[in-house]
Amino acid sequence: MADISRDKIRNFCIIAHIDHGKSTLADRIIEKTGTLTNREMQAQVLDNMELERERGITIKSQAVRIVYQAKDGEEYIFNLIDTPGHVDFNYEVSRSLAACDGAILVVDAAQGVEAQTLANVYLAMDHDLDVLPVINKIDLPSADPERVIEEIEDVIGIEAHDAPLISAKNGLNIEDVLEKIVTNIPAPSGDPEAPLQALIFDSLYDPYKGVIVFCRVKNGTVRPGMNVKMMATGAVENVVEVGYFGAGRFIACDELSAGMVGYITASIKNVKETTVGDTITDADHPCAEALPGYKKVNSMVYCGLYPADSAKYEDLRDALEKLQLNDASLNYEPETSIALGFGFRCGFLGLLHLEIIQERLEREYNLDLVTTAPGVIYKVYKTDGTMVELTNPSNLPDPSEIDYMEEPVVSAEVMVTTEFIGPIMELCQERRGRYLGMEYIESSRALLKYELPLNEIIYDFFDALKSRSRGYASFDYEMKGYEKSDLVKLDILINKEEVDALSFIVFAGSAYERGRKMCEKLKQEIPRQLFEIPIQAAVGSKVIARETVKAMRKDVLAKCYGGDISRKKKLLEKQKEGKKRMRQVGNVEIPQKAFMSVLKLDED
Amino acid sequence: MKIKEIYIHIPFCVRKCGYCDFLSFQYNEETSEKYIDCLCNEILHAEIEDTEISTVFIGGGTPSVLGERDIERIMMTVSEHFLLSDDAEITIEVNPGTVTENKAKLYKQIGINRVSIGMQSSDDEMLKKLGRIHNKKQFLECYGRLRKAGIANLNVDVMSGLPGLTLEKYEETLKMVCELGPEHISAYSLIIEENTPFFELYNPDNGKKVSELPDEELERRQYERTGEILSMNGYHRYEISNYAKKGYECRHNTGYWRGVPYYGFGLGASSYIDGIRYSNVSLLDDYLKAGGIAKDTDSIIRLSKNDKMEEFMYLGLRMTEGISRKQFKNLFNEDIDDVFGKVINKYSALDLIMCEDDKIFLSERGIDVSNYIFSDFLM
Repeated sequence: MADISRDKIRNFCIIAHIDHGKSTLADRIIEKTGTLTNREMQAQVLDNMELERERGITIKSQAVRIVYQAKDGEEYIFNLIDTPGHVDFNYEVSRSLAACDGAILVVDAAQGVEAQTLANVYLAMDHDLDVLPVINKIDLPSADPERVIEEIEDVIGIEAHDAPLISAKNGLNIEDVLEKIVTNIPAPSGDPEAPLQALIFDSLYDPYKGVIVFCRVKNGTVRPGMNVKMMATGAVENVVEVGYFGAGRFIACDELSAGMVGYITASIKNVKETTVGDTITDADHPCAEALPGYKKVNSMVYCGLYPADSAKYEDLRDALEKLQLNDASLNYEPETSIALGFGFRCGFLGLLHLEIIQERLEREYNLDLVTTAPGVIYKVYKTDGTMVELTNPSNLPDPSEIDYMEEPVVSAEVMVTTEFIGPIMELCQERRGRYLGMEYIESSRALLKYELPLNEIIYDFFDALKSRSRGYASFDYEMKGYEKSDLVKLDILINKEEVDALSFIVFAGSAYERGRKMCEKLKQEIPRQLFEIPIQAAVGSKVIARETVKAMRKDVLAKCYGGDISRKKKLLEKQKEGKKRMRQVGNVEIPQKAFMSVLKLDED
Repeated sequence: MKIKEIYIHIPFCVRKCGYCDFLSFQYNEETSEKYIDCLCNEILHAEIEDTEISTVFIGGGTPSVLGERDIERIMMTVSEHFLLSDDAEITIEVNPGTVTENKAKLYKQIGINRVSIGMQSSDDEMLKKLGRIHNKKQFLECYGRLRKAGIANLNVDVMSGLPGLTLEKYEETLKMVCELGPEHISAYSLIIEENTPFFELYNPDNGKKVSELPDEELERRQYERTGEILSMNGYHRYEISNYAKKGYECRHNTGYWRGVPYYGFGLGASSYIDGIRYSNVSLLDDYLKAGGIAKDTDSIIRLSKNDKMEEFMYLGLRMTEGISRKQFKNLFNEDIDDVFGKVINKYSALDLIMCEDDKIFLSERGIDVSNYIFSDFLM
């Protein structure tokens, strides 16, 4: 492997709007090049995580090396890096793109260019990648490749006339794609003799090998036995193993030289030594300067994560630490809640990211979690001239100390077929959107541009968008900045006691409506107890909504004779189990899921 | 503790009622013949202790579907094998539609001294809806026959919370029963059990016909009226669903709530012997094939001391007189407050549990939410 010539290497990724067939195409490429036998082949090879397969989305970037015998008689090495499609995971995409020289852009032959198609193409162009368009799903009855090709040329502005027309699902014309990779994606540049410069684009913790660092070698060569230095952290380690990515496994090799994508292990036990985006260099012959890293992404959405069983606090911390290694965009710090005990305030890229992390914690680490309502970071300007960034509503200073507050605002683009422009505009208005303009992509589709407060889209905006456009709208956003806003803290009182875990910050004009919905929802979620329980929503000392959970009137087993005793005990045990899943707040028992029900306030 | 009680299960009915989840099948002579052979065989194989049996309860199903010869045979077998005390309480459950004059006479003759009549309602329309085979007239005839035969201890079952049952109709039922003046009245609120036709019809979760069931307000009103009307007529409530004239509390059932050991004979019948609870198999074929000697091995539960202490609480507190601290101490050699003090205090603060000298009992409101309280007594 040591004598691979650089001009036979192609490093590329596949980018696409969600559901346009990115992972399926990756599977076909792997299959066609014989990297896996049919028996090893399982649908969506690169989506390793159980969760990825189930949801049909890619969360983590994955890489695989493929050997391709091209029609010119030469053998090529393809390094295919799969990337997530969802906007929440743009950070992951960006990391992967830095390891590539080109990108295959998959566009659905029926749906055409979508919001995330654009977002991903722009990301690729930012990284100076050559973009190779591919039209997928040409087997669909509604496929219209001619129109889509035109759209790609008009909207994106790249040549698409000889784009391969394929059906990844049926394996049609995959070879065209492979040939185009050879001819249209540039070979990597770089000097294998220069001082080592390798970009870390991901990492993984292995209990035996320690941290496994995924990198793209830009210049120089890395071999086992070398001392390497992480330029940002300054850590020096001795390389134990280098290798490349087989499908689903690591394959060791002698060296990784300029242009190659692979992994390095160096018995690194401390996760914090290797940060994604850092440059690895030769400790003895360091390069002059580090490669441009990634812009550190900031968490946009915060919520509290608490173990359902408070004894599992340490387990939760370990799990978060491990997940963070694999997902640099996750932030967390310890916090305490009167209602929920010890937990963590965690930062996420978006609501989907939050959900994914929550599910991974529950599945991969077997934890039962209670999640508090998600919120964004508010800037609180105090009368004394200082500013506090607020991630937990409970920490809001006393109103008398607050001069004014700012909230994050995003620029959003919604791609929608013209028939749904009305309902979508209505939705954006309801969510305090500021209309910026509209562009017709073609006669039947338009791109709506809005500015929206982030806290209006983190709950259920995606769901609302889908339901109001019958699934046809697609959405993308980026942070724009902070704007002054009239915000208040909404508190929930259960049996006259404030439940800190249920407080949230809300636009003053929406407080009444949200308070009312919260109370209604909590009324449904909190079972009747021995006494009447008032549920109140309050802003400051003013109660703005109220519901009552009536006292339980009857919970009795009319009959209990000889034959019923064992059964009766089972019923009581079940009841006791149910009580265990409750959180005691004052003398009220609140089911854990009530804390999460506030996530879904707008469901009818 | 010595075994003092016997339960005998007769799993046959003329027809199954819509709300019933008890173990019973449609009566036919041939099967019942075989069944009684097995039942008697089971009784004869029971280990006996040198104590007197103080209660026998023949329940079902509908024991009164059996012919006179059959009932006689069962009673003969019991009294041959066991020593029954002179004042033993011997009960049979009957359906008003199946008690002939001869049967009534026979019951008295063979020593049965208590009859429990499954009336449920005095309203014919309601009876039809429940799937009962009898009507009001037949009930009155049955009641008269049993009295005439000299049965001096009668129970009548009534049900509240029935689909379409108005408060007026329910009160009529209660008043009619009170006028007759049985010694004992069992008053149940309908429970919609799974695997019954009623569950299909009225289960709130499948959204059908729920409106026919009384709403909570009406159901609670019927329940309250039960206590009011019965107590006005000289019946005191001694258990969640049971009312009696003084001295006529059902001794057999009281035994269950006081942890008295008992034999259970027949299909699916439960026993509590030497601290072990178990049941017979519940498949008729299995029971018959095994000649009546057929424990369900999965059902065997050996009670630990903790189990027994829990049962002492959640069974004992079903009775309005409650439990005795002294008795707890005698049985378990521990102070009840050391074991359950926290729960007792929690609920006495809410006036749901009352403590008076040696006695601990539920208040009326405590009875209404007793399951909620009982589940806290599990350790």
